Amino acid sequence: MLRDITLGQYYRTESVIHKLDPRVKIVGTFVFLVAIFIVNNVLGYVVAGLFLAMNIKLSNVPVKFIFRGMKSIFFLLMISVVFNLFLTPGEPIFTVWKIKITDEGLKIAIKMAIRLVFLITGSSLMTLTTTPNNLTDGLESLLNPLKLVHVPVHEISMMMSIALRFIPILLEETDKIMKAQMARCADFESGSLINRAKNMVPLLVPLFISAFRRAMDLAMAMEARCYRGGEGRTKMKPLVYCSRDRVAYAVLVLFLIICIVVGRLKF
Amino acid sequence: MSIILDHVNYIYDEDTAMAHAALTDVNIKIEDGEFIGLIGHTGSGKSTLIQHMNGLVKPSSGTVYFNGKDISDPEFDRKALRAKVGLVFQYPEHQLFETDCFKDVCFGPKNLGLSQKETELRAYEALKQVGFDDEYFYQSPFDLSGGQKRRVAIAGVLAMKPEILILDEPTAGLDPKGREEILNLIKKLHDEVGITIILVSHSMDDVADYVDRIIVMNKGKVAFDDVPKEVFRHRQELESIGLAAPQVTYVMQELKASGFDVDIDVTTLDEAKNEILRVFSK
Repeated sequence: MLRDITLGQYYRTESVIHKLDPRVKIVGTFVFLVAIFIVNNVLGYVVAGLFLAMNIKLSNVPVKFIFRGMKSIFFLLMISVVFNLFLTPGEPIFTVWKIKITDEGLKIAIKMAIRLVFLITGSSLMTLTTTPNNLTDGLESLLNPLKLVHVPVHEISMMMSIALRFIPILLEETDKIMKAQMARCADFESGSLINRAKNMVPLLVPLFISAFRRAMDLAMAMEARCYRGGEGRTKMKPLVYCSRDRVAYAVLVLFLIICIVVGRLKF
Repeated sequence: MSIILDHVNYIYDEDTAMAHAALTDVNIKIEDGEFIGLIGHTGSGKSTLIQHMNGLVKPSSGTVYFNGKDISDPEFDRKALRAKVGLVFQYPEHQLFETDCFKDVCFGPKNLGLSQKETELRAYEALKQVGFDDEYFYQSPFDLSGGQKRRVAIAGVLAMKPEILILDEPTAGLDPKGREEILNLIKKLHDEVGITIILVSHSMDDVADYVDRIIVMNKGKVAFDDVPKEVFRHRQELESIGLAAPQVTYVMQELKASGFDVDIDVTTLDEAKNEILRVFSK
């Protein structure tokens, strides 16, 4: 069940999207997020959806794999839909007892759902096609100008790359601990909410201990190799833009322009 | 109390590009009172195999029977199965969580819904069975040495009074003395308490002295399943799958090759000693 969480995972395969410079993908994801909040009509969502579909197709990541990760955030999605649906004031189109669904509420709920699905699919496509190392390299290089105002860019990106690297490790560890406790008849699935929370203790204690131990081991390993931050540090594989990336930037600009134009159309 | 695995297949990450077979057509029957060594190289599927035996993993196809009943049957009581088929995982760190050792061992029997008195009695009994000193009973399990942690982990499963005890690499990371202590403890549980034991290991030397049946796994398939002597005859095949016969068999084979008339079928150190003495005293 824990294997179903695809958020932040990397999917190893060959594709144009995988080969793109991480900076393009970060900027691209950012542009996409901005775009889905600019567009405000059906046509706009169709354009954004097509753009996303094209990228998924190009990335060679199976659609099934991407949407398996959606299952885990389905609950969150439902909450936002339900709240918008029932709590938006306006023209009621459907009333039962004190519950009423308004025209505005329905529109906002659908819009919210589409935006959230696009947002999560778009950003998970970035992590699925970019190794954590590449991702943080890209981020570090994009944030580099902030060094002028004394933002510890290298440290932030190092922390991020460590955090990303730990996600699959800790997931695997959780799976193992869960099995070890289930072998002692632990029950993680039934009971009241409070009981279930209590039943998590045998899972969380070993997990935290192992996380701290791993963190300490890693810190020791870094120190043993004289790690001292980003000052004067060079890269084995520096990021260099090539023609593929320039084309991708052009496509992105085009996409943003289309979104702005479409977003202004009135029906 | 028998476990039968009938044409069991297991595929990891089914329906994705990463799908790969972990078990292929495994047929095993485990009888009451056996002492079995399950040997295989890393990634040979031995850990996946043992998780089928207590229902933690469901086979992709094929059936696992416990006492003649299909364990994937929705009617089947899986909690009772896990108490009957105790599984001790490789790292005790994955299961220890309580503030003291005694409470930790109580966790299993408590989950079975036993009374407090019965739970504590069983925990005490289990800790005694694994030779755990009274003075450590109320210490944090995290302050113990590797060998002692492993004892608490084994006791935690023993307290559920399993009829079959499966131990995944119980000696990994222990020094030679700790290794021998744990193995002797397991042998004692088999001989005195009468528990069926399945000992998972990647080292022949670990198990050769103790077990009376060896199952060798290779790439998800059962490569050999026989008494140790028969398995060790296939020295070349064992080496080709990244394993080796116990070191004494190599010594005996060298002696034979140098012209001494020794029996090359011996597998344990004691047998080898007697055999060499016999040949030389002639």
